[in-house]
Amino acid sequence: MAPERSWRKTIRTGLLWGTAAIFIALVGLAEVLQKRQIITGVISGGHALLLVVALGAGVYAARQRRDERVGKRLAAGALAGAIAGVMVAALVALSTAVNFRAMIVGATPELFALLSFGRGVAALPWIALIWAGVALLGAALTLLPGRVRSALTSGLGVLLGVGLLQEQVQLLLQSDRVVRFRELIFTFDGLTPAGAVIVAVVTAFLSSVWQWQRPKVSRRVAALPPAPRRALQVVGFLAALALIIVMPLFLGPFFSQALVLVGLYTLMGLGLNLEVGFAGLLDIGFVAFFAIGAYTVGLLTSTGPLGIFHLSWWVAVMIAVVVSLISGVFFGLPILGIRGDYLAIATLGFGEIIRLLVLSDFLRPTLGGSQGVLSIPKPVLFGFEFSGPQQLFFLTLGASAIVAFVAARLRDSRLGRAWMAMREDEDVAQAMGINLVNVKLLAYGIGAVFAGVGGAIFAVMVGSIFPHSFSVLVSINVLALIIVGGLGSLPGVAVGSLFLVGLPELLREFSEFRFLVYGAALMAMMILRPEGLWPAAALRRELHEEVERVPEGELVEAPGGGGS
Amino acid sequence: MVLLVSHALTKRFGGLVAINQLDLEVEERAIHSIIGPNGAGKTTFFNCVTGFYRAEEGTVEFGGFPLDGLSPDRIASMGISRTYQNIRLFSNMTAMENILVGMHPHLRSGWIGAILKTPPVVNEERQAYQQAREMLQFVGLRGKGDLLGKNLPYGQQRRLEIARALASRPKLLLLDEPTAGMNPRETMEMMAFIQRLRQELAITIILIEHQMRVVMGISDRVTVLDYGTKISEGTPREVQSDARVIEAYLGTKGAAAH
Repeated sequence: MAPERSWRKTIRTGLLWGTAAIFIALVGLAEVLQKRQIITGVISGGHALLLVVALGAGVYAARQRRDERVGKRLAAGALAGAIAGVMVAALVALSTAVNFRAMIVGATPELFALLSFGRGVAALPWIALIWAGVALLGAALTLLPGRVRSALTSGLGVLLGVGLLQEQVQLLLQSDRVVRFRELIFTFDGLTPAGAVIVAVVTAFLSSVWQWQRPKVSRRVAALPPAPRRALQVVGFLAALALIIVMPLFLGPFFSQALVLVGLYTLMGLGLNLEVGFAGLLDIGFVAFFAIGAYTVGLLTSTGPLGIFHLSWWVAVMIAVVVSLISGVFFGLPILGIRGDYLAIATLGFGEIIRLLVLSDFLRPTLGGSQGVLSIPKPVLFGFEFSGPQQLFFLTLGASAIVAFVAARLRDSRLGRAWMAMREDEDVAQAMGINLVNVKLLAYGIGAVFAGVGGAIFAVMVGSIFPHSFSVLVSINVLALIIVGGLGSLPGVAVGSLFLVGLPELLREFSEFRFLVYGAALMAMMILRPEGLWPAAALRRELHEEVERVPEGELVEAPGGGGS
Repeated sequence: MVLLVSHALTKRFGGLVAINQLDLEVEERAIHSIIGPNGAGKTTFFNCVTGFYRAEEGTVEFGGFPLDGLSPDRIASMGISRTYQNIRLFSNMTAMENILVGMHPHLRSGWIGAILKTPPVVNEERQAYQQAREMLQFVGLRGKGDLLGKNLPYGQQRRLEIARALASRPKLLLLDEPTAGMNPRETMEMMAFIQRLRQELAITIILIEHQMRVVMGISDRVTVLDYGTKISEGTPREVQSDARVIEAYLGTKGAAAH
């Protein structure tokens, strides 16, 4: 590329990141985070966020010149950072002349104090310099060998995470036995400098050990004869199981509640994954089945005025499974012939129909309208009551495990292959003898059952159900989490749900920015890692293969390769 | 014995008559070629036979049973299988999975059996995998079973598509320009392969081709279409010397229409 063109690219990068910095400052995200100390007295959340943006600008600008000389890469990073810094400084300077507050609520004096490190206009040159310096560090990061870089980034990343979640982490360290440790690492509102160093260094160390040893370990495991390897797998599985079972005891009600929600979304995700990921049937009215499961259980078990049979939860959940299955099939019938984009709109309609039906005056006597169904008793099994989140955790865990097992079995069966064939090419699938009506209705029906089970647990978790819990946002959330996790991948559903449901749940105080961060994360995901966090096996294989195959030259000789 | 009969088959798209009053008889175990210039209605005929299109007039009978109004999957289950002019593999599925989908009509296991993994299901799956591997070997794709359809080289994709069609154990195989995009040597190999199919599997093949030269060596019978109408039929030699065919191909009559 011509030199002047590539410098123009760097300038554009700087402008882009500067705009991003100004945007997150003006919407108020930086200021909200500022209330949180990451390292007490050293760095606060808002500054940490700006630091990450500046580092990002440096990394990005240096990456654009991957093939050029070291000096140029560093210069590009510093330039991009300086440009972003100048933009931020200009904003601060302007704020003294213009009253932004009249237009933008987030443009508070505190924000400009944050941006200028509390020094006001006197700091303006420093802002640009600091940004350039940090971006230079980011650019330098790209020069490091991969192992060192990933150790560093994981150390810093975990440090940031622990700092942001320090309240929750401190909650975990309540016990008297670890009080000394807690006081070493945390003050009441952030990490101590020593604690920060410990956290970062320990993480970096562990990460580099892991990186260094993993190939050796996996090679050794692969070299084992089948019997011991099998035994090792069983031991690993049992250890993981034991860990999961004692987890709620350690984590306490707050974390357990978050995990129960993750579990519910995993259940819905597994159902939607079956429809969208396996069968390729886009569905954004999926929350309807969740609602149907919840209302079925609610009405059948409630001890309140709307309760019908006062059944035990276990019986009610069986009935909810059947009801969801039937409603899934009925839902599928009218939309059998609809494909692609149109299907999304049609399903969206169905989700809204169910919500509006529940809200309607017509069904108010049976479903309670906007007052909902109240007093749903907790399930009891052999005298053990699933009373709180720590107990319900096991219920969601068990249900998710069963549902994931069923999904895996179906995926690897004749039906699963038929679904995937339909996803790839509906016409050809039919020409291969696949009855599209049957397999579509099965996908809708079984997907609905998974969500219905989720709804059944949701009903007892909250103890009462209201129509507003079943808005279209839930459907969108579920769709987003299976895409982030990796479409068609079962572990991906759990990973996606941890990221998009669990994490926001822990960061409740920033909840007004939830969808902002959500949107940014989704876009970043689609650009950087479209196959998802934990892609389905076939996709992973494909990416892996293309790397291997190209040197063989098979792709090049495409129109004639079949001579064998 | 005659396996497939079309009688006065007509398919229109708006004002365009894609197939016009087509009478066709295909003998059992024959290789019957349909040739003709672009837009002659060859692929449309396949689409009518496989149930993807509904013909406005006329009938198609397969082994004495009328196919009219049956859905594509029913027709496939009766023993008619096809490939496509522009290869249509399930490109994000492996070669093995592609063939296993082809076997779909012969497998019985349902969703409950699949969840419980009952012995009959396990057994059926094991046999299916075994047969699929044999099929891969038959079409010369041994060891390629784990590759995704889209990652195979072009010629192998063609073979895989044929393997997928064969996996449903068809009585009648419809091949839509199987040599499209191939060089002369590969074309010869494909022709030999098609002859081998008939000999070893005892099936009937209808072959669509664009180039007359290609089909002359292997066809028992050739039908020539032009603008949806049958203009000639007979042995390759008869067709080759038919004045109307030469005219259609050289375009003296059709030139004004292009």
